[in-house]
Amino acid sequence: MEGYIHSVETYGTLDGPGIRYIVFLQGCVLRCKFCHNPDTWQSNSGKKKTVHEVMEDILKYKNFIKSGGMTLSGGEPLIQADFAAELFKECKKHGIHTAVDTSGAIPLNACRHAIDEVDLVLLDIKSIDTSKARSLTGQGNENALKLLDYLEQSKKEVWIRHVVVPGITENYDDIEKMAKYLSKYSVISRVDILPFHKMGEYKWEELNLKYELSDVQPPKKESILKIKEIFRKHNLNAV
Amino acid sequence: MYKSFNKGKWNSTIDVRDFIQKNYTPYGGDDSFLAEPTKKTSELWAKVKELMEQERAKGGVLDIDTHTISTIASHKPGYIDKPNETIVGLQTDEPLKRAIMPFGGIRMVRTSLKAYDREMDPAVENVFKYRKTHNDGVFDAYTDEMKKARHTGIITGLPDAYGRGRIIGDYRRVPLYGVDFLIEQKKESFKNYVLDIMNSPVIRQREEISEQIRALSELKEMAASYGIDISKPASDTKEAIQWLYFAYLAAVKEQNGAAMSLGRVSTFLDIYAERDLNEGKYTESEIQEFVDHFVMKLRMVRFLRTPAYDELFSGDPTWVTEALAGIGVDGRHMVTKMTYRFLHTLTNLGPAPEPNMTVLWSERLPEAFKQFCARLSVETSSIQYENDDLMRQEFGDDYGIACCVSAMRIGKQMQFFGARANLGKALLYAINGGKDEISGEQVSPAFAPITSEYLDYDEVMERFNTTMDWLSKLYINTLNIIHFMHDKYCYERIEMALHDEEILRTSACGIAGLSVVVDSLSAIKYAKVKPIRNENGLVVDYEIEGEFPMFGNNDDRVDSIAVDLVKNFMNKLSKHKTYRNSKPTMSILTITSNVVYGKKTGSTPDGRKRGEPFAPGANPMHKRDTKGCVASMASVAKLPYEYSEDGISYTFSIVPAALGKTESERYANLIALMDGYFNEGGHHINVNVLDKAVLLDAMDHPEKYPQLTIRVSGYAVNFIKLTREQQLDVINRTFHERF
Repeated sequence: MEGYIHSVETYGTLDGPGIRYIVFLQGCVLRCKFCHNPDTWQSNSGKKKTVHEVMEDILKYKNFIKSGGMTLSGGEPLIQADFAAELFKECKKHGIHTAVDTSGAIPLNACRHAIDEVDLVLLDIKSIDTSKARSLTGQGNENALKLLDYLEQSKKEVWIRHVVVPGITENYDDIEKMAKYLSKYSVISRVDILPFHKMGEYKWEELNLKYELSDVQPPKKESILKIKEIFRKHNLNAV
Repeated sequence: MYKSFNKGKWNSTIDVRDFIQKNYTPYGGDDSFLAEPTKKTSELWAKVKELMEQERAKGGVLDIDTHTISTIASHKPGYIDKPNETIVGLQTDEPLKRAIMPFGGIRMVRTSLKAYDREMDPAVENVFKYRKTHNDGVFDAYTDEMKKARHTGIITGLPDAYGRGRIIGDYRRVPLYGVDFLIEQKKESFKNYVLDIMNSPVIRQREEISEQIRALSELKEMAASYGIDISKPASDTKEAIQWLYFAYLAAVKEQNGAAMSLGRVSTFLDIYAERDLNEGKYTESEIQEFVDHFVMKLRMVRFLRTPAYDELFSGDPTWVTEALAGIGVDGRHMVTKMTYRFLHTLTNLGPAPEPNMTVLWSERLPEAFKQFCARLSVETSSIQYENDDLMRQEFGDDYGIACCVSAMRIGKQMQFFGARANLGKALLYAINGGKDEISGEQVSPAFAPITSEYLDYDEVMERFNTTMDWLSKLYINTLNIIHFMHDKYCYERIEMALHDEEILRTSACGIAGLSVVVDSLSAIKYAKVKPIRNENGLVVDYEIEGEFPMFGNNDDRVDSIAVDLVKNFMNKLSKHKTYRNSKPTMSILTITSNVVYGKKTGSTPDGRKRGEPFAPGANPMHKRDTKGCVASMASVAKLPYEYSEDGISYTFSIVPAALGKTESERYANLIALMDGYFNEGGHHINVNVLDKAVLLDAMDHPEKYPQLTIRVSGYAVNFIKLTREQQLDVINRTFHERF
């Protein structure tokens, strides 16, 4: 089993608990305007590696990730669901905790086998309003919400992630709606509020892509605090 | 004096370790017992800060006593603010006034005075019309080849013009035994040291013991000038700290050694503090006050240096290194409340580079203590960590750290400090037939230069080996001269008086440019490297075609080159005869000299251009570690400590946000990182948790950041005291900042 790999980061601290070995897979079905890794969009490019090869490298870091684990990110890692499933299984054999960082854009029937193998799902809800999600990413949020239902059913731990983009998702009514919606899921143990940043802008330039958010500034600290408060009000662990 | 202490071997012979092991109380709790600064402390520290600000405003030196040659009892007592000081003693009669210490080299004193527009007192000049210094002696013996190697910079930083340092007196002996007992013991040794043959080693030893006895008497005299009698053992915490500080003070009045470590005193002192607390003699607040005042004094140690020295070792460092925590041979951890109190000075007095707080780390340290350290590292970037599990095997549980990373058994071992050889330059000599790539001068004996269009790995390695053979021999011989002369003209009387008579000596060599050489060899092996020659046929630059693995990515193809290089050079050093039969050792440590080494080295086959800095210590080259910092650490951890026993330094800088999202996650991740690194066999790590923006702002507005401390290859510095070039080097160095 081979996968297309963009790169690895051996010291991930923000994508799951503890120190994470992060494998960034190549390919994405969304085209988020705020994406900071547009270089991972293209499918079937990057370095081709077998599960065995990737696993061999991960195991070199066992001493570091024993209270953390391995996170698959991207791109959209579940495009390569077969590869993901195999890698999760291998990690489990070695007692390594696994997480997947997904937008939930892949239909459940195409990635269920991978989801069933993973320990934690980091689910990025772009917007609770499907038409806004569509204008921001090119696709509505239906698949993501269906995935969340499935995770609730199968009692799998979830961290929700939400990127706050001023003028687009920094909308307190939407946030309120989203918090209320999410509060009925018992599997959500954390909500990561991620302030929009422009550190990936240069990559858009390198790829000759037009970056639409050049004039958007990162959200204010107070606004982030307010958004966290909204989630907390609905008994969600927002950080 | 010894009431309620458990008795042992330490009662009949000098054995501080035995005293500690029989009497210390491990503390596994958290930091909630710690006391805030007292009113006295706050007032006193405000005065010291004011003095330090004046010092900075005056270009780095507040005042110099140009009249008095510094010895243990040379100066009248000095105070900062007598009524507020619970621990007393200064190097001269005024705070931050620098003394002249000419026995290492009168020339250095002259140059330093000139740099600060001061005149040497003619009476002092006059003395050295008749007496030689260490520096004079060295140059009377150096060969032409040694001078050339020193001048081109293939061997640099040699302690041939000032005190060599890196010797740690067992300052604890003074409070534990009192000076009279120490003198008695030395007299006894002197009497017994009569051998059949009176040859030079025996004569030297007898003369040295006599000098040690004299120094101990001077120590008593100096303490007496402050109205304190230290001839008998200390009776409580305050006395123990004061006695110990006097012993250390005597050392820094007599020697301006590059590094003047304190040793491992906190757990020792805790025994007195526990007794006083139990007996109700002192409160926690009073004990913290003694510690705060003691640490203030350590922060005020000053030496007169030349601008050339500052360029090499920037920031006015003194390396008052204190080794903290660790695990005992019997398995009990050695964290005590005093360990906390020492680290707590970073909060009570704010961050500072000195004393050089060094935590001897083990996964088995108590969790609460690890948390405390992680928090302080995140808040102050003032702590370095070293692998206790690795060092304990070789050095037991009563070792200290000389300078940055050099472990040694306290009172039982010393080293002959040897700075470092520039292996980057050695590689270029190998390619250029022993000619210097910048001056074109023939430095090593001539051999055929490489003339091929592309560099061939085997050919380069063969010549590199020959060059290292030559270099290792020259290096050891140079050190032999330096240390012969230092013993003769600038002997560390008081520091050695606080050692056993029979000790282990090491010849502590070092290398610079590890990652430059390793990446260069990797480029030659895995890519195609084309040398560019100037009109004289000298290779002055390189073109690289293709990709090659780089050190710092946990890739065995290149990391194995690094491991082999370390073993190889150490093996070569071991072959040569050393002064006083010392054991050759090696360190991979540059301190801030990586900038100067880079400046003096031409372009290298890894793509580094002429003049660009090396990476510090064992660090991978800037921005070449692309897989994240864990991969970088894993590469460094592969370097074999048993072949680099004098230490392997790694500096790690990270922006706070990349360490984790919440505070508690940051601490937990930092702890996991250190546990991982040390379990992999890593030896040393500096931890900086800083935003780049803060450093950039501090460059332009130093006045806003008087206490901004960062860790650089084995020591901490005040960021605003670095040269501009070094500030830029720190900022450009790999900062781990992925979000």
